[in-house]
Amino acid sequence: MSAAPQSTASRAAEGRPAIEIRGLNKWFGEFHVLKNIDLTVGRGERIVVCGPSGSGKSTLIRCINRLEQHQKGDIVVNGIALTDDLKNIDTIRSDVGMVFQHFNLFPHLTVLDNCTLAPIWVKKQSKAQAEATALKFLERVRIIEQAPKYPGQLSGGQQQRVAIARALCMNPSIMLFDEPTSALDPEMVKEVLDTMIDLAREGMTMLCVTHEMGFARAVADRVIFMDRGEIVEQNTPEAFFSNPQNDRSKQFLSQILDR
Amino acid sequence: MADGSLSTEVPRAGAPVSAPPAFRRGPVAWVRANLFSTPANAAVTVLLLALLAYILPPTLNWLFFDAVWGRQPAAACDAVRGQGACWAVVWEKFRFMMFGVYPFDQQWRGGLVIAILCGLLVVSALKAFWRPALAGIWLVGIVVTFWLMGGGFGLQPVRTEQWGGLPVTLILAIFGIGFAFPLGILLALGRRSSLPIIRSVSVTYIAVVRGVPLITVLFMASVMFALLLPEGMRIDQLLRAQVAIILFVAAYLAEAVRGGLQAVPKGQYEAAEALGLPYWKMMAFVILPQALRISIPPIVNSFISLFKDTSLVVIIAIYDFAYAVKKSVETDISWKKYFIEAFLFSILVYWIFCYAMSKYSQWLEKDLARGHHR
Repeated sequence: MSAAPQSTASRAAEGRPAIEIRGLNKWFGEFHVLKNIDLTVGRGERIVVCGPSGSGKSTLIRCINRLEQHQKGDIVVNGIALTDDLKNIDTIRSDVGMVFQHFNLFPHLTVLDNCTLAPIWVKKQSKAQAEATALKFLERVRIIEQAPKYPGQLSGGQQQRVAIARALCMNPSIMLFDEPTSALDPEMVKEVLDTMIDLAREGMTMLCVTHEMGFARAVADRVIFMDRGEIVEQNTPEAFFSNPQNDRSKQFLSQILDR
Repeated sequence: MADGSLSTEVPRAGAPVSAPPAFRRGPVAWVRANLFSTPANAAVTVLLLALLAYILPPTLNWLFFDAVWGRQPAAACDAVRGQGACWAVVWEKFRFMMFGVYPFDQQWRGGLVIAILCGLLVVSALKAFWRPALAGIWLVGIVVTFWLMGGGFGLQPVRTEQWGGLPVTLILAIFGIGFAFPLGILLALGRRSSLPIIRSVSVTYIAVVRGVPLITVLFMASVMFALLLPEGMRIDQLLRAQVAIILFVAAYLAEAVRGGLQAVPKGQYEAAEALGLPYWKMMAFVILPQALRISIPPIVNSFISLFKDTSLVVIIAIYDFAYAVKKSVETDISWKKYFIEAFLFSILVYWIFCYAMSKYSQWLEKDLARGHHR
C-alpha cells in the first residue's frame, strides 16, 4: 500500500487546495439546484456530503468533473480552472476519479480490461504497464481473483470495489464518490466501506456523497450538510452529529439516525 | 434401491426415490404432449399430416427423383416435362448465369472475384480480424477485385458494361455493406451529436433518404446525375449504382445503430467521461461495442435487404446475377420453357447468402452475450 507517485497535475498545483469552488450556481431548466456554493477542499482532506434527496449534493460533485455543467461561479481543480476548454476538462477528469452509485462498469469488458482501458488510451501506458497497475489495485481492493471475469458475473459489492480499482488505476489525486453504497445489498456495504476507509487512511483527497454516518465518523475531516441547493452547515463529524446547529440538520439527523 | 444400500437415505416408505413414470418421457410422450394434447390439437395435426402426404411426394418427385440432373440436352427435359424438374438448364447455362456477357475465356477472373469477395465476407465476420488492419484487407480486396474484373496491368481490359452475373451482385452487395456500415455509424453518431449543424445535417439526410424508394435513387444516380455533370465528364454506371446503394443503405443502418446507442445506459457514457476518455475513444471502446451488439438484428436485416435489393440495378442497365439468370434462358428458344428451374436456382443462391448472414448474426449475438449477463 505504498503511496502512489504524485500525478503531474497535482505536482503542478503543489501548495494549492485540491478543489476550490466559489459562488457556484446551477439550474436544471427553471429549477435552481445549486445556490452560491463556496467550498474549499484541502489536499488530503476527506469530506462527507450529506443531505436529503434532491438537495443538490450529487449535482455538486458531478460539477467537479464536468458531468454536469455549471452556469455561474468558478471551480478550480488542482489549480486548473474548469471552463469550456476541452483540454482542461480532460486533464481534470484524468486526475479526478469517480465512483458511481450504480458502479457503471463496462459490461462488455473483463474486470481487468475495465481497469486498463483508460490508462492505455488516456495515459498512453503500455498494455503490460497498465495491467501491472490494474492487478496491483485489484489486489488492494481484494478482488484480484476476479480479474478475468465479466462484471455481470460479480456481486454488487465486488463490482463496486472493481469500480474503485478502475478509478485508482488512473492514479488520481482526488476521488469523488456518489452514493457508492446506496445500490448495494446491506451485507455488501461493509466491504465497500472498508475499501474506502483504507483509501482515506492512505491520504487520498476524498469527497463522498453518502448517508453512511459510521463512515463519516471514522474518516471524515468535515461533514457538509446540504439542503435545497445550499450548504447549510459544515463541521467536524463529532460536532455535527452530537451538536447540529441548524434546524434542518437536526431534522435530517433525527430521521436517518432513527432508522 | 431394492438392494437396501439406500435404506438409511429413504427412511419413510412414502418417499421412495424413483425414476419418473415412463409415459412422461421418450418420443411417445413427446408426441402425445405436443401433437395430440387436446382434440383440437389432434385435429390440426391430422389435417396437416394429410396435407403434407398430399403435397410432399409429388413435390419431392419433381424436385429430385424425376428431375433431370447433369449435363443433358433439352430433349431429355422435354421427355419428363411436367413430372420432373429440368436441372440440366443450370448445367447448360451455368457460365452465362454466373458471369453474363463477360468474355467467355476470361470468366476465371470473375470466379476468382467471387472467391475473394466471399473470403472478405468471412474474414470480416471473424472476431479475430476486428482490428484496424481489417480496413487494409478491404482496401486490398477492392483493388484486386477491380483489377481482376476490369483488367489492365497484364490482363485483357473488360469494360464495366460487359460485367455481369454473380460477381456484379457480390460487388454491389459486399462493398455496399462494407461502406454503408461505417457511414451508417457516423450518421447515427451525427444524429445524436451535441453539435447542431452535424445533428441537423444527419437528421435531414436520414429523413430524406428513408423517404424515397431505392429504385428512384438508382434512377437519379443513373439519369439525373449524368445531366448535372459537365460536358464530356462521365462517371462509371456501376460506380454510380454502388454509391447510390451505399448512401441509401447507410440511412437505414443509421437508424438501426441509433436504436442501439439509445439503449446504452447513460451511466456508461458518464463512466467513460469520468475516466477522461475523449469522445472518439469513448465511442470506439465503450459505447459502440455495446450499441452495435444490441443493434445486430436490425443491422443484419438491412444487410439482407441490401443483398437482395441489388437486383434492382437492372433498371439502370447493370446486369447482375438475377438478370443474367433471366437472360440465360430467355435468349435460348429450346431452354426458354425451363425458366422456373432457372429462377429456382437463382433463389437458392440468394437464399444461401442470406441464410448464412442470418445464421451468423444469431451466432454472433449469442457469442457476444456470453459473459456479460448475470
